[in-house]
Amino acid sequence: MSKEKRERVDLREKHPVFTPEMKKDYIILAPDMLPWHFGLLTHILAKDGYNIEILHSDGRQVIDEGLRHVHNDTCFPALCVIGQYLDALKSGRYDPDKTAVLITQTGGGCRASNYLPLIRKALKAEFPQVPVLSLNFSGLERDSGLKLTLSDIIKFAYAIFYGDLIMTCFNRTKPYACSEGTCEKVREELFSWLYAAFDTKKYRNLRSNALRILQAFAAVPVTGEKKIKVGIVGEIYVKYSPLGNSHLEEFLLSEGCEPVVPALMDFILYCVVNNLNDAKLYGKRSISTLLFRLAYRFLYGKQKKINALMKKHGRFEPMHDFEELRRLADKVISQGVKMGEGWLIPAEMAALATSGTENIVCAQPFGCLPNHIAGKGAAKRVKELCPNANIVPVDFDPSATKVNQENRIKLMLANARENM
Amino acid sequence: MAYLLGIDVGSTTVKLCLLGEEDKILYSSYVRHYSRVKECVLEELEKIRAFGNVFRVNITGSAGLGLAERGKMDFVQEVQAAYTAIRKLYPDADAAVELGGEDAKIVFVTGGTEQRMNGSCAGGTGAFIDQMATLLDLSVEEMDALSLKAERIYPIASRCGVFAKSDIQPLLNQGAKKEDIAASIFRAVVDQTVAGLAQGRRICGKVLFLGGPLYFLKGLRKAFKETLGLDDEHAIFPETAPHFMAIGAAMSAKGAHEEPLDTIIGRIRSIKTEGNVRVGRPLFSSQEEYDAFTKRHMRSDLAFENILTYEGDAYLGIDSGSTTTKLILITPSCKILYSHYQSNNGRPLEIVAGKLKELYKLMGGRIVIRGACVTGYGEDMMKAALKLDFGIVETMAHFKAALHFNPDVDFIIDIGGQDIKCFKVKSGAIDSIMLNEACSSGCGSFIETFAKAMGMEIEEFSRLGLFAKRPVELGSRCTVFMNSSVKQAQKEGASVEDISAGLSSSIVKNAIYKVIRARTPQELGEHIVVQGGTFLNDAVLRSFEIETQKEVIRPAIAGLMGAFGAALYAMENTRSDTLISDMVSASELENFTYDSRSTICKGCTSHCNINILTFSDGRRFISGNKCERGAGLKAPVQPLDLFAFKYEYLRGLPTPKEKKRARVGLPMQLVMFEQLPLWTGFFEACGFEVVLSERSSRELYYRGQHTVASDTVCYPAKLMHGHVESLLDRGVDFIFYPCESYNLDEHDSVNHYNCPVVAYYAELLKASNGRLTDENFISPYLDPNSEAATVKSLHRALAKYKLSLPLIRRAYRAGLNKLRAYHVAVVAEGKRIIAEAERTGRQVVVLAGRPYHADPEIDHGINKLLCSLGFAVVSEDSIFEEAPLVDVNVLNQWTYHARLYRAAELCTRHPDLNLVQLVSFGCGIDAITTDEVRSILEKSGKLYTQIKIDEINNLGVVKIRLRSMLAAIEEQARRRQ
Repeated sequence: MSKEKRERVDLREKHPVFTPEMKKDYIILAPDMLPWHFGLLTHILAKDGYNIEILHSDGRQVIDEGLRHVHNDTCFPALCVIGQYLDALKSGRYDPDKTAVLITQTGGGCRASNYLPLIRKALKAEFPQVPVLSLNFSGLERDSGLKLTLSDIIKFAYAIFYGDLIMTCFNRTKPYACSEGTCEKVREELFSWLYAAFDTKKYRNLRSNALRILQAFAAVPVTGEKKIKVGIVGEIYVKYSPLGNSHLEEFLLSEGCEPVVPALMDFILYCVVNNLNDAKLYGKRSISTLLFRLAYRFLYGKQKKINALMKKHGRFEPMHDFEELRRLADKVISQGVKMGEGWLIPAEMAALATSGTENIVCAQPFGCLPNHIAGKGAAKRVKELCPNANIVPVDFDPSATKVNQENRIKLMLANARENM
Repeated sequence: MAYLLGIDVGSTTVKLCLLGEEDKILYSSYVRHYSRVKECVLEELEKIRAFGNVFRVNITGSAGLGLAERGKMDFVQEVQAAYTAIRKLYPDADAAVELGGEDAKIVFVTGGTEQRMNGSCAGGTGAFIDQMATLLDLSVEEMDALSLKAERIYPIASRCGVFAKSDIQPLLNQGAKKEDIAASIFRAVVDQTVAGLAQGRRICGKVLFLGGPLYFLKGLRKAFKETLGLDDEHAIFPETAPHFMAIGAAMSAKGAHEEPLDTIIGRIRSIKTEGNVRVGRPLFSSQEEYDAFTKRHMRSDLAFENILTYEGDAYLGIDSGSTTTKLILITPSCKILYSHYQSNNGRPLEIVAGKLKELYKLMGGRIVIRGACVTGYGEDMMKAALKLDFGIVETMAHFKAALHFNPDVDFIIDIGGQDIKCFKVKSGAIDSIMLNEACSSGCGSFIETFAKAMGMEIEEFSRLGLFAKRPVELGSRCTVFMNSSVKQAQKEGASVEDISAGLSSSIVKNAIYKVIRARTPQELGEHIVVQGGTFLNDAVLRSFEIETQKEVIRPAIAGLMGAFGAALYAMENTRSDTLISDMVSASELENFTYDSRSTICKGCTSHCNINILTFSDGRRFISGNKCERGAGLKAPVQPLDLFAFKYEYLRGLPTPKEKKRARVGLPMQLVMFEQLPLWTGFFEACGFEVVLSERSSRELYYRGQHTVASDTVCYPAKLMHGHVESLLDRGVDFIFYPCESYNLDEHDSVNHYNCPVVAYYAELLKASNGRLTDENFISPYLDPNSEAATVKSLHRALAKYKLSLPLIRRAYRAGLNKLRAYHVAVVAEGKRIIAEAERTGRQVVVLAGRPYHADPEIDHGINKLLCSLGFAVVSEDSIFEEAPLVDVNVLNQWTYHARLYRAAELCTRHPDLNLVQLVSFGCGIDAITTDEVRSILEKSGKLYTQIKIDEINNLGVVKIRLRSMLAAIEEQARRRQ
């Protein structure tokens, strides 16, 4: 194909841009996407002068706003995020002239990176003055990107490690805690202590910080009962967000189970590794390949350190080792499947199934494209690999009834009890 | 020991089972609960008093879940309950299929125990069968009896009830036999079970069939046996099938505490239905408010004229809709002489003929019909059968009628039984048309079906909703989801009033936010006319006014607007007032009969299912065909059709060759469709014999259906399974189908991905088809933009054949050359077609989608339909390179999709180029592209037309849409002049 100068038409509509001056008096709204991690991340950004507020709105009016502004066939997470934004802007709590919204983009081959234009379209109808900020590492939306320093990125990494560790310890303690509320108290205390740690350089003391988290949860008195462990894997939003998955973790707790949610860092490492895999599979090598390799070494090194620490501490099973996840993935599906959550989903299913969590909910938005292949499609292979795996795919959608979802999870639990 | 009691409370029925010593069944029952769950269970419990006072009880079933939770009783999940009973009663069973009211389940016992339930979007259940019976105006038993007399099976989309309905409705209207349709419905249920539940596992060995529908319906049993290839020895239909889960529940009650019956009854009685249904605002707060509302709407009424005394001219309009038939007779001054509105009960022609007879009697020779016009789904058939003067596309008929009521109208919305149609009107002509897609169809008739199920007439049902205090909020995706939301609301204690109001608002929201895709009420317009039978329901009308915050006009003849528009058209187009309509006369009607026969057209390779009506005077009418050939007509001019060209070009690529190294099979769908030249070229240059998979067809799909892993994936992907089976059957040495994250970089987008399904479908095929191995299925990861990486990857993947690197490189380049040649040929043919169209004065349609939409089983012959409507057809890939590069609002990162934006931009620059976008159902990426393509076109005043395609084979709706587009294009062209 010729590369000679071709005519170019700009069909883009004007949209407001977030300028550096806006930092001083704008509130930036963030979706309730990663309840365990976003708190720390926004705290870090606040140091850069970004005034970010995470929305925790829930309920029907959020979904209704989403339905109103999003195409029926768009995935459920987009609907939740947009619903939360419009619901918030209409609530009167925010001055639309002094509010911006934030969304993440991975730049991958699924629809998720198009959430940003979808949000812009939705806002255009009612709040055309509200700018949309992008948080991405793929060079998208250069004029509307959040400007991050290297120090921010490193802080983010630490924040995610700590968030993962707290989430993991919490989930493993909560179902067995002797008294209500102790786990929550420990969690809140740890987070406020971490906020302070990020204000100084203390956050870098990975060892001692991680140890403190482990000890805090290990000190919670627990009963000795045995409960069914249920892993949650799937599309990133419905995996973590209670709004997206109809409070799945709470439901599992109420059913007397221990929810096992794999670490967010695995998804980050997955994104990083995909760039390295591209270099290997397709010869796509550039200077960024080198950077990704460095990033991978740094992050994976830290992950190993935390896991070693967990092992030594002895109370909690370590989290998944990413290299182990990759090895497991190779047995099920190629690591070339890199769109959406791609090969990470079957890898996590296999990792869960081989580490004592044979019961798995594979959560996906209704009609999620990558999940046809990596979720539902790969489940059969995972079962061949781990015959005891007890996997239930659950679709999340604004119109699906709760009974329908819960009944399917109950079937999985019935199997689980039988196998116990 | 106390007896064991199992209670199975499903979505529609309550089943009880009482087990004595050694699991002997002492008592069992099966009753419908009509959503009165608690009351029904209590009534049933009274009946077991005779067996004792103390029981151990266990509850199962989807509605039992809430009951057990709130009554603090033991619960067992129903599939688990079935599994328990199977192991006890049928230890030698290999698998079991259970169909319930809303859920379908499958249990694999041997060869790796597995228990599955259907996904959220699935038909093939009892509720689906009920709906279909209602549609046929039969009881379920009657439908079953008829099905046994079937002579042939029609393909009916089995994805869900809504889709199936879209396939069935036109069959009914064509006069297909109910026997055949009934059997086809059962076949669809089986297909859905196989595709949705088996997901790659074969259902074989000794199979148990459980649940009410499978017990009561012989036709369904037959369909299962035939499709699964089971003989009597292997297909087991236990006597206990209807209450099988209850038996399982009873068996699971062994660990429960003994309890007196009265305690059990007390527990259930004390259950309070929780108020956790979502509630909207009431439609009317007072009677006064309602009175003012009715008074306002009474203003839009037509005057009447007495048919028994009137003398003079009249014009007849008939609207042969999908579910209803409407007739109207008007005077030249638009007064109504006669009108009729009736559900067509699957016999539209009989009804119209009968009404015409009645009409002739009433007219008593005093009235002369000068012109008669028909519109709607049944237009062609009615026009032929009754020799009517004119036929007009529905949208135009509705538009004409609305103009009569408000010449300033700028927005029209019509909600009929099956379809929702909306038009924006600018300066007296239709500016854009929005029609619902298959998924959201049937909303109007849903209310009616539901009212009937509650034992009410629609009028009564909707009146109840007007003053409902707490209308429930129901979902708006589709009627299948709505149905289950309604049931859930009922179980939560919502009243009929609240549900009636909730349904009305749900339908309105669906229309506004999903069909029109309005974001604010202002977008609709200032002068809104609402019509269609559904709007006669005051609750729906009120919901619409509340949601849009506008006062709208609803003519009193809202349900007759199509017919009225047709009558107006007849009047406008009858030039002389001395001519008498050619329509059948009173005497001809006396002897009017017809015979219907269906067969397969052999005119071309499409093999359309056609239906032949033979009338008593010997004339014939053929319908169901996609082109004119089957109808006995010759295509008027040489079709200009790039789709056909592309498909035949690709099919003809492999050169017959002596087998040298090996035979390689290429499955012709998804990424392999456009890259066929590349891989044919490559393998032939390497000395392989290339074998293509068969031409796509519904049969081919069925062959691979059992390996489909996800029932919501797009149809092209599902078809791929059939292509793979086809190649395996042809005995190729291996199948080649690469994984490609990236497609060709055409330097016009931010990135050049394939969509996730296209990119990695090979992984899914490998995982789900047991016949595929690493030996016979080769799927390397490739990037066609990087020769070096691709050559290396191919070298590794084909190591077995010991090809040298230089040979692979040479062959790959040869393949790329073939691909280039293909592109050049497509572009050249596109140019020729456009030039030829210009010369012959034809409009051109750019049928834009994906390259693989050129597969006739995917586009269902829409290209042929377009040609028969007088269009020339090109594809997006033949013209996009002519267009400038575009910067769009969305993230432009897929190769195939980037072409769409450029093709759309090109269309805005040429008056004769029109774009029709083909969208596969379930294509998540097109949820993004469609809005963008629409906005590109509409910015410069071009019409945007979108057609959703899936397995649905019937082009009825598509035809209406395309004809509306044609009419609007002509209108716009007239305005330009």
